[in-house]
Amino acid sequence: MSELEAIYAIWLREFRVYLREKERAISSIVSPLLWLFAFGTGLGASVAIAGVNYQLFIFPGIIAMTLMFTSIFYGMYVIWDRKLDFLKEVLVAPLSRRDVFLGKMLGGVTDAMIQAAVLLMLAGVLGIPVTSYGALMALPAMLLITVCMTSIGLFFGAVFSSFESFQLVMQFVLWPMFFFSGALFPLENLPGWLASLTYFDPLTYGVDAMRGVMLGMGKMPFEIDLLVLGVFTLVTLWMGASAFERMGKI
Amino acid sequence: MDAVIVDKLEKKFNGFTAVDKISFSMKRGELFGLLGPNGAGKSTTIYMLTTLLKPTSGSATVNGFDIRTDSEAVRKSIGIVFQDPTVDIRLTAYDNLDIHGRLYGMSGQKRKERIKEVLDLVELGEWKDKMVRTFSGGMRRRLEIARGLLHTPEVLFLDEPTLGLDPQTRRHIWQYIEKLRKGGIAMMLTTHYLEEADYLCDRVAIIDRGRIKALDTPRSLKGIIGGNIIRIEAREPQKLAEMLKKSGFCKAPKVDGAVVSFDVKEGGKLVPKIMEAASKAGIEIENIEMRLPSLEDVFIHYTGTSIRAEKSAGGGMMMGRRAHGF
Repeated sequence: MSELEAIYAIWLREFRVYLREKERAISSIVSPLLWLFAFGTGLGASVAIAGVNYQLFIFPGIIAMTLMFTSIFYGMYVIWDRKLDFLKEVLVAPLSRRDVFLGKMLGGVTDAMIQAAVLLMLAGVLGIPVTSYGALMALPAMLLITVCMTSIGLFFGAVFSSFESFQLVMQFVLWPMFFFSGALFPLENLPGWLASLTYFDPLTYGVDAMRGVMLGMGKMPFEIDLLVLGVFTLVTLWMGASAFERMGKI
Repeated sequence: MDAVIVDKLEKKFNGFTAVDKISFSMKRGELFGLLGPNGAGKSTTIYMLTTLLKPTSGSATVNGFDIRTDSEAVRKSIGIVFQDPTVDIRLTAYDNLDIHGRLYGMSGQKRKERIKEVLDLVELGEWKDKMVRTFSGGMRRRLEIARGLLHTPEVLFLDEPTLGLDPQTRRHIWQYIEKLRKGGIAMMLTTHYLEEADYLCDRVAIIDRGRIKALDTPRSLKGIIGGNIIRIEAREPQKLAEMLKKSGFCKAPKVDGAVVSFDVKEGGKLVPKIMEAASKAGIEIENIEMRLPSLEDVFIHYTGTSIRAEKSAGGGMMMGRRAHGF
C-alpha cells in the first residue's frame, strides 16, 4: 500500500470528525472575535501603537492565536483518543507511526487553517483593511505556524497521559508563548532579557511575518521570519514523529 | 503452516510476569480459546500477537510472519476485535468502515462491496449512516466485528467479544462467530466465560497467572475429570466422606460445608449403591446430584480456584491494564 493513501485515510478521518463536530469549529471562531472586540475595541479606544489603531495592530496576532490554540488543542486531543482506545485501531493498522503522525498533523492543520481563513474573510466585515494581497502573502506564515503548533500539540499528546499535564503545558508553554510573541504588544519596549527570550519563541516570527505583509509593520525581513519559523517547524515535526514512534511501541 | 505459532513467549511489566513463557500453536481455520480469569495474561498475549506490545523474550509467528521483525506484515494479515470499544463514536458506521478499508489499502470498488457484505453479516445495514454515538453496546461490538473482518484477514483476534453484554446479545454475537467459523477463518478468542469457551471453541487453552495449565478440546478437557461428578448433601458430611473412602467409592472426596463431592467414571450405577451404603451406616442423605463435568470443574482441577471467585477480584485486572500504557 502506498504510504500516501494511508496518510490520506488518517487525514480523512480527522476531517470527517471535524465536519461533524460543529461546536468545536464555532467556539474556535467566536473566541478570537471576542478578543478582537474586547481588546481591540475596548483597549483600542485609548491605545494606538505606532500610529496604528490597536484593533488593527493585534489582528495578525489574533489570527496567530487562533492558529496556535486550535492546533495545540487538536494535538493534545490524542490523550483523549488514547483514553477511549480509539487510537488502538489506528496503531494496529498496517502503517508506520510516522504516517499516523503525518496524517494527524495534516488533519489538525486543515482544521486550524479553515478557522483562520474564516477570520481573514471577516476582516472586511470588522472594518479591518486587509488587502487580498496581504492575506495571500500571510498564508505561508500561517501554514508554518500551524504545522509547527500542531506538531507541538501532538508531541505533548503522545508524551503525556493525563489532562492534568495539559494544564501545566497551558501555563508554562502556551500562554508565555502567546504573550511574548508580540501578538498583543510590540516587543521592543520589553526589558532586554525578556526581549532576547522572545527570539526563542516560534510564534514571534509568525506574528512578525504576518504583521509585515498585512500592515507593513514587520520588524524583521519577511524571508528571515519564514526561514527561522521553518527551522522551528522542522524541529517540532521531528519531535512529534519520534514521540509517536515511541508511543506505538509502548 | 499453522496460523499462529507461539514459542516461549514472555512479557514482564516492571518485574511482574504477566505472560510466563507460553508455547502453543493454532491451526488454520481453527477457533482457539484462551480461557482464564481477569489478569491471567490473555489480553497481554493478544497484544503481543497483534504487535501492540513487544514481548520481553520468546517469539511467535502469525500467518508465518514474525511478530518481532515483520510487524507490518502481521498487522496487514490480521483482524482484531478489541475488548474496549475502539470504533469512533464521532463518525457514522459507514465512515468507520470506510476509513478502516482505506487504512488497509482497499481499492474503492472492493471497499464499497466489502462494507456492504460485513454490514449485512452483522445486521447493521440499515444503520450504516447513523452516528455510532447513538449505538447500543451490542451494536458497537457488532460494528467492531464487522470492521475486524472488512479487509478479509486470515486470522481474527477476538478479545473478550461478549464482555459486558446481556445474555441475549451474547447469544447473538455467538451466532456471528459460528457463521464466521463456517467461512473458514482462523479465530483466537479470549474469554473468562466458561460456557462461551465450551460452546464456541474447537480447542481451549486454560491460562492462569501467565501460564497455560491445559490445552485440548473442551470435550477432552472435561474427559480428564472422569465420567460424572457426584454431589451429596448430608447432615454429617465428614462421616459420609469417611464412609465413601472406606467403602471404596472414591479416593479423595471434597467436603465443602454440608456438601461432599467427587468424580467417578460411571455415576449412574454408583448412586443406588451409595444410597444403600449410607442408609446401612445410618447416614442421612438430604440430596444427591449427578452431573457431567463442566469446564468450571476442569478449571478448578487445574488452577485450584474457581474462575468465578477470581472474577470478583477485579482490582488486579485494572492495574494490569493500565500497565499497558494506553
